[in-house]
Amino acid sequence: MGACKVTDQDFEKEVLQSPIPVLVDFWAAWCGPCRAIAPVIDELAEEYAGRVKVCKLNVDENPLTPGKYGIRAIPTLIIFKNGQPVETIVGAVSKATLVNALNKVLG
Amino acid sequence: MSEELFDLIIVGAGPAGLTACLYASRSLLKTLLLEKGPIGGQDLIENYPGFPGGISGYELIERIQKQLEDYEYQFLQEEVIDLQEVEEVKEVHLSSGKVLKAKAVILALGAKLRKLGVPGEREFTGRGVSYCAICDGPFFKGEEVAVIGGGNTALQEAIYLTKYVKKVYLIHRRETFRATSILQERVKKNPQIEIIVPSVIEEIKGSDKVEKIVYRNLKSNEKRELEVAGVFIFIGHEPETGWLKGKLEMDESGFIIVDREMRTSRPGIFACGDCVSKKFRQIINACGEGAVAALNAEEYIKNLEK
Repeated sequence: MGACKVTDQDFEKEVLQSPIPVLVDFWAAWCGPCRAIAPVIDELAEEYAGRVKVCKLNVDENPLTPGKYGIRAIPTLIIFKNGQPVETIVGAVSKATLVNALNKVLG
Repeated sequence: MSEELFDLIIVGAGPAGLTACLYASRSLLKTLLLEKGPIGGQDLIENYPGFPGGISGYELIERIQKQLEDYEYQFLQEEVIDLQEVEEVKEVHLSSGKVLKAKAVILALGAKLRKLGVPGEREFTGRGVSYCAICDGPFFKGEEVAVIGGGNTALQEAIYLTKYVKKVYLIHRRETFRATSILQERVKKNPQIEIIVPSVIEEIKGSDKVEKIVYRNLKSNEKRELEVAGVFIFIGHEPETGWLKGKLEMDESGFIIVDREMRTSRPGIFACGDCVSKKFRQIINACGEGAVAALNAEEYIKNLEK
């Protein structure tokens, strides 16, 4: 199934109002490291299905949301809980780093 | 898998490790390739032969991976934390607790980006401090940024950034650049690039994002502030070989010492690519060394059987 797609338009509904934590991968097609972590993002979507929603937001097509969260580097991964950003990870990190961050948020 | 004995375990799946894997799998060695995480890559490589117009590091990696699909080898995404020798068998210990065994090992560990180590660098990473111009350049449209470094990567990225930003301050601690002549010429001709040498960055400042940098001229010792929205850092690489200390011969910076055949100080353990001690770190070297390491590993394994 993989990660779902979110946009500036549905960010409020899909991410901020989500009843479960959401991991958002801010990415773009021209970013090599984004491509490098894409398979890991999809794996996490499967492994955390039902517990964490995993979404991707294309910063090229959706400039408003990255602007709002002050994003100046991609990939940036933000975990939202109850509409608030609780963890921000910048760069192509290992799967283990992301798993640790998700487990921390899940408590 | 723990009881299995591989012919060859390759640690690291960058250009060196992937090339070693290509050669090893074509030699029908029972090969396992290990990689702990996403593979870094340079933005644009203009000096790799066969790719007119250049190719990105990630694309090059993807192409070698695709080429490997034709051959047989195993791949695991795991982190290696220790390497032990039990008589002639090499034991590769993983952070997951698994122990894998092989007749020979190739270390293609790569190197990580060197950090400046100045106040503000860590806090503002992703908020103006960047290590990838292609990824982050578009976020600085029409603004002024600093590029730190004097090698090929720094100059290449400074030129690339002028596509987006209004102005690039290229700051380097020496008066001359290490970068190749054609890049130096392009930089000097570019009206959007201002060269500040010999100077070092002392601090990166801002509230919630980068707003200015403090640099010091090494000749006059004069300190100055510069208003920039971004700081792009390209000051080379450092090895991640701490876990091998005392096991293999290394140079004073922690790069692994090898001979021309990519043999380390221990028989059956080879090293190649950015993790070995050498003067120039180029992708073409890494690939060439990967090939040499794999061919020598094959010869070593065959001699074991005699």
